[in-house]
Amino acid sequence: MSRLLPIATIVAALLALWYVAALFMNAPLQRDVFANAGRTDYSFGDLALADLNMERPKLPAPHQIVAELDRLVLQTAPTSRRGLVYHALITLQETLLGFVIGSALGAGLAILIVSVRALERSIMPWIVASQTIPIIALAPMIVVILNQFDITGIIPKAVIAAYLSFFPVTVGLVKGLRSPDPLQLDLMRTYSASSAQTFRKLRAPASAPFFFASMKIAVAAALVGAVVAEVTKSEDGGLGARLLAGSYYGQTVQIWAALLAAAALSATLVGLIGLIEAFAARRMGMAG
Amino acid sequence: MLSPVARQAGAPTADRVIDIAGLSLSFATSDGPVQALSGIDLVVGRGEFVSFIGPSGCGKTTLLRAIADLEAPTSGALRVNGMSASEARVKRAYGYVFQAPALYPWRSIARNIALPLEIMGYGKAEREARVARGLELVNLTGFGNKFPWQLSGGMQQRASIARALSFDPDLLLMDEPFGALDEIVRDKLNEQLLRLWDVTGKTVLFVTHSIPEAVFLSTRIVVMSPRPGRVHDVIDSDFPRRRTLDIRETPAFLEVANRVRKGLREGHSYED
Repeated sequence: MSRLLPIATIVAALLALWYVAALFMNAPLQRDVFANAGRTDYSFGDLALADLNMERPKLPAPHQIVAELDRLVLQTAPTSRRGLVYHALITLQETLLGFVIGSALGAGLAILIVSVRALERSIMPWIVASQTIPIIALAPMIVVILNQFDITGIIPKAVIAAYLSFFPVTVGLVKGLRSPDPLQLDLMRTYSASSAQTFRKLRAPASAPFFFASMKIAVAAALVGAVVAEVTKSEDGGLGARLLAGSYYGQTVQIWAALLAAAALSATLVGLIGLIEAFAARRMGMAG
Repeated sequence: MLSPVARQAGAPTADRVIDIAGLSLSFATSDGPVQALSGIDLVVGRGEFVSFIGPSGCGKTTLLRAIADLEAPTSGALRVNGMSASEARVKRAYGYVFQAPALYPWRSIARNIALPLEIMGYGKAEREARVARGLELVNLTGFGNKFPWQLSGGMQQRASIARALSFDPDLLLMDEPFGALDEIVRDKLNEQLLRLWDVTGKTVLFVTHSIPEAVFLSTRIVVMSPRPGRVHDVIDSDFPRRRTLDIRETPAFLEVANRVRKGLREGHSYED
């Protein structure tokens, strides 16, 4: 119970701040609405109430977003294209596929870089440079190129998700595979261990903490990649498509609902990796 | 004074575990070459306990590492069990104990001791038997399932000794293994090591900073001097094999210790 109190306090403070912000940001628009309707005798309380229940507010109030989420998630069928669950599942598929491809690619690159000394200086600059290109510019290009090869639907978006998620895995794993100290490497030499044995028994387990930390970043990056890809090509649905649709029609509440759904998805995925990490750490004697 | 080599010339070649003649080793650093070892001659026979003592920078660790094929000599002859150092390493002729336990934190103590056995391809049953024997040898029975962080420094170092012995090498190379421990634990471990050596009859090369430790444990003490690393004196010491720590108060012990100290002083170990 004592662990929940600090969290609850912070959440309460954030909500209070949000309401105040919504009040002030929506006030000008609401005053215009009152003026157009000829009302001049509204009290501050009337203004406040109206502010927090506008149809197209500048900043939706928390209860409006919760109501919208309730409508789109709990009161719509999961298979309906009007509900958030359908789109969230699309984004989830792209994220997971991209994350798996990206992690595998990242791990492979890391192992290569650690095994072949010449590679680090030749490959790393390219890897770093690849991440400096704005993904919002790269995503449509990748989608168009893949469409030329008749690859459509989830896969191009997963590719973009993989593009963003391989980098943290590469960097983290290279550091992790190099983390054993020289004494432990010397020990392996005195046993005349092959480099494959040294990798399996020393480098790989030593890199576990770095690996899990990188995976958490990678899964969040994969989600960002999936959402950005969906924004640039929204015909196939997904949370990014809902964000785009909301911004087209000025439906700010819809935008925020999709945003919160994406955040919840990301938090769940990162939390899942945290669980796997805790399980692995216990099996590795809590020092892993 | 008889040169160390002349005195050892009597040892038959077949019984020579370590045979070093004219060994020199220099490191290439950014400031120019550093001569770590210069003209080392040494013969170690089977079952001896040889200590290397000297100040920091006299090359004793470098010498041990060269024997272990962790460093390459620049000139001179070095033979371990009659073969080159690399061949001996590939044949797994020795166990090495470092200054730090260097245990893997993600493995239990039992699995740490089994590490060389896994690499060398022993079967599961054999591994378990050897681990149990190793734990008993260093008085750690019952701690097999604990992890390194749950053990004290002395116990971790004992586990690392058990690991070095698990595959039964005839030669044990120990680089200041008790250096990081306090005196009480050190005394206990000295006694245990001596008993172990007595029981197993292995050849031990032991690097240390401590004069009493060197005199207590060894059959031969090699006093080294720094800049460049050289053998200054070799002292034979024949205390009874079943000795206890009380022997450190006897006049014979003090005589040998004084001789070691004299050698260190002559080798400029106490000067800057």
